[in-house]
Amino acid sequence: MGSGTFKGGVHPYDGKELSKYKQVREILPKGDVIYSLSQHIGAPSKPVVGQGDYVKCGQVIAEADGFVSATVHASVSGKVSAIERRLNATGIKVLSIVIENDGQFTSFDFHETADVNTLSKEEIGKKIQEAGIIGLGGAGFPTHVKLTPKDPDKIKYVIANCAECEPYVTVDYRRMIENAEQLIAGMKIVLQLFDNAKGVFAIEDNKPDCIEKMQELLKNEDRIEVQILHTKYPQGAERQQIFAVTGLAIHSKQLPADVGCIVDNAETFFAIYNAVKLGRPLIERLVTVTGGGIADPSNFLIRIGTNFSELLEAAGGFIGQPEKLLFGGPMMGFAGTCTDVPTMKTTSMLLSLLTDEMSALTPTPCINCGRCVEVCPSGLVPSRLAKQAQRKQNADFEKWNGLECIECACCTYGCPAKQPLVSDIKLMKKRILTKKRQQAAREKKEGEAK
Amino acid sequence: MSQLFPVSHAPHIRDKSSTNRIMLYVIIALLPTTLFGIINFGFSALLLVLVTIASAVLAEWAFNKITKRKETIQDLSAVVTGLLLALNLPPTLPLWMGILGSAFAIVVVKCLFGGLGQNFMNPALGARCFLLISFTGPMTTYATSVFDKTDAVSGPTPLAILKAGQTVDTLQMLIGTIGGTIGETSVIAILIGAIFLILMGVIDLRIPASYLISFVVFILLFGGHGFDLGFAVAQLCGGGIMLGAFFMATDYSTSPITPRGKIVFGILLGVLNGLFRMFGASAEGCSFAIIFGNLLVPLIERVTIPKPFGKGGER
Repeated sequence: MGSGTFKGGVHPYDGKELSKYKQVREILPKGDVIYSLSQHIGAPSKPVVGQGDYVKCGQVIAEADGFVSATVHASVSGKVSAIERRLNATGIKVLSIVIENDGQFTSFDFHETADVNTLSKEEIGKKIQEAGIIGLGGAGFPTHVKLTPKDPDKIKYVIANCAECEPYVTVDYRRMIENAEQLIAGMKIVLQLFDNAKGVFAIEDNKPDCIEKMQELLKNEDRIEVQILHTKYPQGAERQQIFAVTGLAIHSKQLPADVGCIVDNAETFFAIYNAVKLGRPLIERLVTVTGGGIADPSNFLIRIGTNFSELLEAAGGFIGQPEKLLFGGPMMGFAGTCTDVPTMKTTSMLLSLLTDEMSALTPTPCINCGRCVEVCPSGLVPSRLAKQAQRKQNADFEKWNGLECIECACCTYGCPAKQPLVSDIKLMKKRILTKKRQQAAREKKEGEAK
Repeated sequence: MSQLFPVSHAPHIRDKSSTNRIMLYVIIALLPTTLFGIINFGFSALLLVLVTIASAVLAEWAFNKITKRKETIQDLSAVVTGLLLALNLPPTLPLWMGILGSAFAIVVVKCLFGGLGQNFMNPALGARCFLLISFTGPMTTYATSVFDKTDAVSGPTPLAILKAGQTVDTLQMLIGTIGGTIGETSVIAILIGAIFLILMGVIDLRIPASYLISFVVFILLFGGHGFDLGFAVAQLCGGGIMLGAFFMATDYSTSPITPRGKIVFGILLGVLNGLFRMFGASAEGCSFAIIFGNLLVPLIERVTIPKPFGKGGER
């Protein structure tokens, strides 16, 4: 078993008290709903509806293009008004399906399974795939791919990532408080796929109420337990979490399954329960709307694709003079220019900060203090990597293990010289990986020519 | 929705640390030994400290003005350099030599190599060695402590006495009522500052501990006194090694950034310092050991690249 912690990490102000005690409220979209076709990692989904088609809630509007891809369902009823490139929360324009919401929410009938224990592994896998479930913690990796490792019998741990280490966000917290039974049911469904695995709910010790509740509910379960984690960012990072729970460490070229682990976010387990037990596709999720710039910080159950502006309105709009708008957490989320973008499957939070700390700071020279080395959970030397990135020294960057960076941003957070270390490193990683891919493609082509 | 928000890369929050604050902590940590030096040596010490700090700041200000660079004196690093240099000077040194030393430290050792964080040699120690070679006489005339009951104005430091084969009073060396440079005499005052720096997270124990331990081991093995702990303790308390180990060897820019490199660096310094003290012409050796160690930092870093998460562990 692991120690519940790992080396490195930081302790930012977590701001969770703003929204953690707010019960989840359901909000239904009033305006148009937009579905990005690239919400997940992998090939973009292919639209299967045309402009002018009438669709119902739960209807497939785009299907997976290949195995590593995901299905997209309508979350409202109405007419498809456009299939075109639209701005999303990460600041890029992607092909999206726009549905003119008729406000009726006419829905397909979803078929509940009376006893999930009777389902075969294949049936469970198929239901998860058809529901369009992807990693709801933020990465968006298709869940059915994760759940089909090469050798299912070697899986020893199925970990429900309930760390929620990003400041402010309280989605997993509310799920555990309000839907603990369903989360456990979701876990049991996944355990049906892996005969030798045990389930672990990994929860940070800043949520003692959740820990107590889960432990109480799990006291008669011999295959599922709770692992208490130290409260520290990035406790929810996959590699760090596997280490904290099992004591096993993987590097960038390994998958969790290589050491017998499957890690999924709490919200994903809820979606699995919905899909397998209730037959409902992934059309809803929890989103926290919070921050010093929000009048009434809230947790909402939303229809995926709802415009962020509607979420903001439901939370009472802005208060004071917020200077920053973030989609996702302050450590890894994206800054947005406005709220007029759609929510996605991977959306966990809309955060509005009263002060824009970043604009007020000017980087000063690196003094080689080594704070970045201390906080780096991957055991790297970020200040050196950033310099190598600026000078485009690819070979040195790789020699100093730059490709092992998980982009958690602890180095930038803790840097006294306010250097944008992680930004430089991310860019360099992208550059090197692209080059490698191109090289591999070239070699493959040459090989075929021969 | 007319308002557009500014965008930036993640992370969107920062902790409260800053270069400025780190330098301030170092200055605070140096205060006990500075104050003790002033009490121990009197007004001339105070004057030399003030003049050296002022000229260091002035030199940086002037360099930036003349070369049309952004002003950097507000980061307080020039104050630290000036103060450290003063603590490494004998209190009777002519003021103009202190000014020259400050200018050398700031302009030649620091600014010409690119300023803060870019210098490869500790500026204060670089300047000290420069002065030591240029003005050996005044730099090695050590005034006696005001607590000294003999009438001598100056005399040999305990280290020189040890080197001559005589014994010294270790308690006096701990408290610091002995001759020497302004800031090196009181082990207790230096340790108070060092503990503060460690508690504030400014330095860690890797360099000082490996430095001091390897130095003691060297003294015990090759000191010529056999396994004589008393001699080793006297050696530890004498000269600049305490000040050097906690405040000079730990200088960020001129020590390795890699965790294992810090330990290698510390051991290297301990061995070099032992070598210089036992077999060199002078009774000292701390400054030269650190400066020589500084030159090897890039090499040490190259061979101590840390193993990343997941490698070297369970494969």
